[in-house]
Amino acid sequence: MSGFRLAKGGAIDRNRPLSFTFNGKFYQGFEGDTLASALIASGVDIVGRSFKYHRPRGFVGAGVEEPNGLVQVGTGARSTPNIKATTIALYEGLTATSVNAWPSVEFDIGALNDVMKRFIPAGFYYKTFMWPDWHLFEPLIRRAAGLGQAPIEADADRYDHAHIHCDILIVGGGPAGIAAALTAAQGGLDVVIADDGPRLGGSLLWDFADQTDDGVAFAKMAVTKLGDTDSITVLTDTSVYGYYDHNFLTARQYRKPPGASANGTANSGNTAERIWKIRAEHVILATGAIERPLVFANNDRPGVMLAAAAQNYAMQYGVAAGRRAVLFANNDHAYKSAIALKSVGVDVALVVDPRQNPDGYWPKRAREMGIVVERGAVICDVHGEKRVRAVTIGKASDNDEAPEVTQTVTCDLVLSSGGWSPRAHLFAQSGGKLRYDEAIHSFRPDISVQKETSVGACNGALRVADCLVEGSAAAIEACAILGKSVTAPIFGYSPETPVTQPQAPYFRAPSPKGRKAWVDFQNDVTASDIELAARENYVSVEHLKRYTTLGMASDQGKISNLNGFSIMAQTRGVSVRDVGTTKFRPPYEPVTFGAIAGRRIGDFYHPIRRLPTDQLQRELNAQFEDYGGWARPYCYIRDGEKKEDAVYREVRAVRSGVGLFEASPLGKIEVTGADAGVFLDRIFVNTASTLKPGKARYGLMADENGVVFDDGVFVRLSDDLFLCSTTSAGADHMFLWMEEWLQCEWTDLDVYIANVTTSWATFAVAGPYARDVLLKVTEGVELGNDAFPHMACRAGTVAGVRTRINRISFSGELAYEVNVPAGYGEHVWRAIMEAGAEFDITPYGLEATMLMRAEKGYLHVGADTDGQTLPQDIGYGGPVKKKKSDFIGRRSMVRPDAKRSDRLQFVGLKPIDGTQALPIGGHIVEETQGTRKSAGYITSSYWSPVLQHGIALGLVKSGRDRMGEHVRIYDDGSFRSAEIVSPVFYDQNGDRLAS
Amino acid sequence: MMKITCPFCGARNENEFHRGGEAHIARPQPSMDTSDDVWGEYLFFRDNPKGIIVERWRHTYGCGQWFNVTRDTVTHEIKAVYDIEAPKPAIDAQ
Repeated sequence: MSGFRLAKGGAIDRNRPLSFTFNGKFYQGFEGDTLASALIASGVDIVGRSFKYHRPRGFVGAGVEEPNGLVQVGTGARSTPNIKATTIALYEGLTATSVNAWPSVEFDIGALNDVMKRFIPAGFYYKTFMWPDWHLFEPLIRRAAGLGQAPIEADADRYDHAHIHCDILIVGGGPAGIAAALTAAQGGLDVVIADDGPRLGGSLLWDFADQTDDGVAFAKMAVTKLGDTDSITVLTDTSVYGYYDHNFLTARQYRKPPGASANGTANSGNTAERIWKIRAEHVILATGAIERPLVFANNDRPGVMLAAAAQNYAMQYGVAAGRRAVLFANNDHAYKSAIALKSVGVDVALVVDPRQNPDGYWPKRAREMGIVVERGAVICDVHGEKRVRAVTIGKASDNDEAPEVTQTVTCDLVLSSGGWSPRAHLFAQSGGKLRYDEAIHSFRPDISVQKETSVGACNGALRVADCLVEGSAAAIEACAILGKSVTAPIFGYSPETPVTQPQAPYFRAPSPKGRKAWVDFQNDVTASDIELAARENYVSVEHLKRYTTLGMASDQGKISNLNGFSIMAQTRGVSVRDVGTTKFRPPYEPVTFGAIAGRRIGDFYHPIRRLPTDQLQRELNAQFEDYGGWARPYCYIRDGEKKEDAVYREVRAVRSGVGLFEASPLGKIEVTGADAGVFLDRIFVNTASTLKPGKARYGLMADENGVVFDDGVFVRLSDDLFLCSTTSAGADHMFLWMEEWLQCEWTDLDVYIANVTTSWATFAVAGPYARDVLLKVTEGVELGNDAFPHMACRAGTVAGVRTRINRISFSGELAYEVNVPAGYGEHVWRAIMEAGAEFDITPYGLEATMLMRAEKGYLHVGADTDGQTLPQDIGYGGPVKKKKSDFIGRRSMVRPDAKRSDRLQFVGLKPIDGTQALPIGGHIVEETQGTRKSAGYITSSYWSPVLQHGIALGLVKSGRDRMGEHVRIYDDGSFRSAEIVSPVFYDQNGDRLAS
Repeated sequence: MMKITCPFCGARNENEFHRGGEAHIARPQPSMDTSDDVWGEYLFFRDNPKGIIVERWRHTYGCGQWFNVTRDTVTHEIKAVYDIEAPKPAIDAQ
C-alpha cells in the first residue's frame, strides 16, 4: 500500500466518484481517472503476474507502453481481454481482473517458475522437449501460456468502419500535433488530427514540474479553437495503428470504453469501436516519444516505474505512486519528473545518475530544491518482493562486474529513466528509413518515402518549444505543397527552453551474481537471455526476437526493444547502429477482431443471393443450401420424409412424370455484334459460328493451358446475337474472362457482351409430360417434336409473359428451359405449377438434378474435372482435332504432356461388390511390386433410385481404354471393387431426350 | 493499400481493382505453328523485377475497364497509367 491520492491537482473531478471492481474487490476513483491511476491511488501494488515466471508486477508506465497492467474488462458478452489499465478511462461499474494469475495475483501457483528460472532460460522449451516429439508436450505448455480469456458469448457490441479522405492527417495531439493543426487550420484545407487519449494535449497535460506552467491552458485553447474550425476534424480516443501504401492509414476509435454497456457515452451511436480508413494527401506524424527504463537487478519489482509515468500520475491524475522515491536516470529530463514529484509532496530521497557531472538546467534546479544527487552511481539491486522496500547503490564503472554496494536507501518507489525513444513505428511502417542518433541513443526518422513529415518528439525533439516550431513548419510546408499559403500563428504560449546536457549512453547496470535484470517485462526476457542468444549465435535482431521472444508480447517491445538491441550490441562489441531494429509492422496497438470485422459478420459476412422465387420455394418447404453464393433448394421435404427420401422421390417423379426446377442462377451471357460468332469460336473449344439461328450447342471452355474450366449450352438467337449459358457458380468469372480477351487481346472485334444472369428467371420443365404441361400455358410456340426439336430455341409467351424457351436437358428427359424476365418469375412459376397439377408436377431440387445428370454421365466441371483436365481427357479430342480455327488453349492441348497415353480420363464406375454407392474421393489403387499407387479417383457418386445400384463418375488413368476392367477403390481403411464402364448409365441412346 | 487512378473513373482504392499480370505479352500467332519453347515462354515466363514493372489492371468494382500501369515493385509508386492499346512508355528505371 504505497500509492495514494493527492489532496489537490490533476485533471480529475473529485466531486464525481466512480465505483469499480478489480479482482473482485470494490474500489473508488474519480471522473477523469484511468483504471491505472485509480488503482494506484487506491494503494494497489500488484496488478498482474509476469508471463513466464509469474513474478508479481506493478505498473511501469502510464499509457500504451505499459507492459504489466493487462486486464480483462467487462463481463459476459462484453468481456474483453488484454486491455491496458493505463489506457482505459474509468467508468461507473467497471469490472476488471488480472489476465495472467491463478488463483490470484497475491498468491500465484505459476510463481514456482520463478524459483526455477535458473533452469528455464530462453529456448528452454525448444531444447528440452525435442525428444521424442515437441508436439507431445506442446498442448501442456500451451495451456500454461496465453493471456486472458476469449469471451464465450457472442459479442454484444456493434463495430463499424468509416472512410476519410483528407488533405492533411496529423497523428498525435501533443504540442507538435497541436501546433501543426493550428497552423494548417488557417489554410482551410481538410485536416484530421487523431489522438489516442480522451483529449488533445499529449505531454502538455502532465510534463511540467510545477503548476505555474501554462501548457494545460494552451492545450485547452487549442481544443476550443480546433473544435470551432469547420475544416478540422478532431478524433480522440483514436489510435492510428497502421501506415500503408500511398498514405493510407488505419485507426481504431473507442466510441465507448471496453467492457462498458451500450450507453457508454453520449456519442457512441451504438458502435463500440470504429475503424477509420484514412487516405491523406499529406501526413504529419507527431506521435511523441516513449521513455525507456534502465536495466538493473530486480528492476521488475512492483514500485519500479518510468520516471515520466510517475510524473504523469501526479500531474494529470493527482496520484502519488509512492511516498519515498529514488530516481535512477542517465538524462536531464528525468530530473524534471523528480522535481514534479517533490512539488506535490513525495519525498525524493536520492537521484542516482551514472554521469560524473550532471549540471544541466533540471539537475541544477533539483539540487536547489534540496534533492540529493549521487553522481557516477548506479542502482545495484532492488529489495522487496511484492513492493520495493529499498535499493542498494554502487559506483558506476565501464566493466561488467557488479559494483560494490556503497549505501542502502529505503524507499517504496524507484523511478527509472534511460532516455527517450522516438515513436517511429508509423514512420517505419510507411517504409521510411531510420537512423541511429548518438545524441539521444535511439533510432529516429531519417528518409521519408511517402508524403509524410515527422515532427516533435517522434523526430527526436524533446523540448516543447522545439515541438511547436517543428509542428508549425511541417504544416506550412504541407499547405504549400497543397497550394495554400499559411504562416505560423501566434500561440500565446512560450514554454521554457532549458539547456540540457547530453544523456549518457548508459542503459544497464551489471547485476550481482544470481540476480536477473529485466529487459522485456511482458514476456519475461532478461539481460542474460539476450547474452545467451548472442553466445548461441542468434545475433541478428530478427533471430534474437524469435529466440528470446523479446518484443513479441502485446506491447510489441515499446519500452524493451532498444534496451535489448543495446545489450546485443554491447555483447557483440558493436554499435547499436550495426545491430539495427526489428521490422515495424502494423498494428501499433492491438486491435480487436470485432473492430476489424466491423459489420461484416453474420448475414453480412457473405451476403447470400436469393432466387427470384425465393418466397415460393420457402412455401414449398425447400431445404436451402449455399451453392456458389446462391441459396438454392437442395430438395423439398414432404411429411415424414428424410432428405434422401425426398431426393429419390423427386428423381422418380421427373423420370416418370414431370418436374419443375428453379434454375435461375444458371449463368447467362449475351454476346452480340457482327463478330460474335468469330469471338465465340475463339472462346469455346467447340465451333460457334456454324450454328444456325434457333439452334443450341454444347460448349466447353478452356484456359490457355488447355484446362477445362467451364461449360454450358449456347444458343444463337439471331445472326449477331448469342446467349451463352455458364455454370451457375461460373457466370461472373466467365463474363470477366470474355471481357478481358475482348478488351486486351482482340480489340478489333465488333463484339459486345452483357451478363444477364440475374435479368432472367429460368425454370426447367422436365419429364415425359413436360410438353403437355407447357402446351397449357404457352402461346406462339410450336412445341411439337419436329417443329421444336432437342437443342433448339424458340420465343413466345408463357402465362402471358414473353419468354425464351430452350429445349435442352440436364436430366436426360424431355425438357424445356423456360426463361422469363426475373420480375415475372413468381407469376410464371405459379402458372406452370397450376398447369402441371393434373400431371402431379413435382418441384425438384439441386440434389435430384445432380443425381440425374450423373446417371446421364453429364460432366460437372470442377467436380468431375481438376486443374489438369484437358478436353481430350473428357472425350472431346475429336471435336478439337476437327475444328478449323484457333481457340484459347488449343496449342496447349498438343504439348507432350497433353499427348501422354496414361492421362486421367473421364469414365463411369459401377460397384461389383454390392449396390451401395462408391465413396466420393476414393482412389483407384494399383499395386506394382508391393507398392500401392493411385490410378485416379472417384469424382461423383450416387445411389440411383431408378437403376437401384450405385453409380459413379471418375478420372482414371487411361480410363477409356480400360472399359470392363475391374479395379479396387480405397477409402478410409477399406476397399471396394468396381468395374470401369461408360459414364452414361441411363438411356444410353438418348431416346428420351428426343422424344 | 495503393491509390490507383483509373483512366475512366479517377483515383480509387486498390481493392476496387484486380491485377492482371505483366502487360504487353503478345500471344504467339498462329498458335498452332509455335514451338513448345515459344508457347511455354508465353504461358509461364514473366519478369519479376526489383523496380519498374508494367502490368495490366482492371477496375472491377467500377467501370470494368482494363488499362496498363507502370509500378515500382519496391516503393509501389505508380509512375504512369495508360490505355490498354497504347505502346509501352519509356520509363527510367531510376
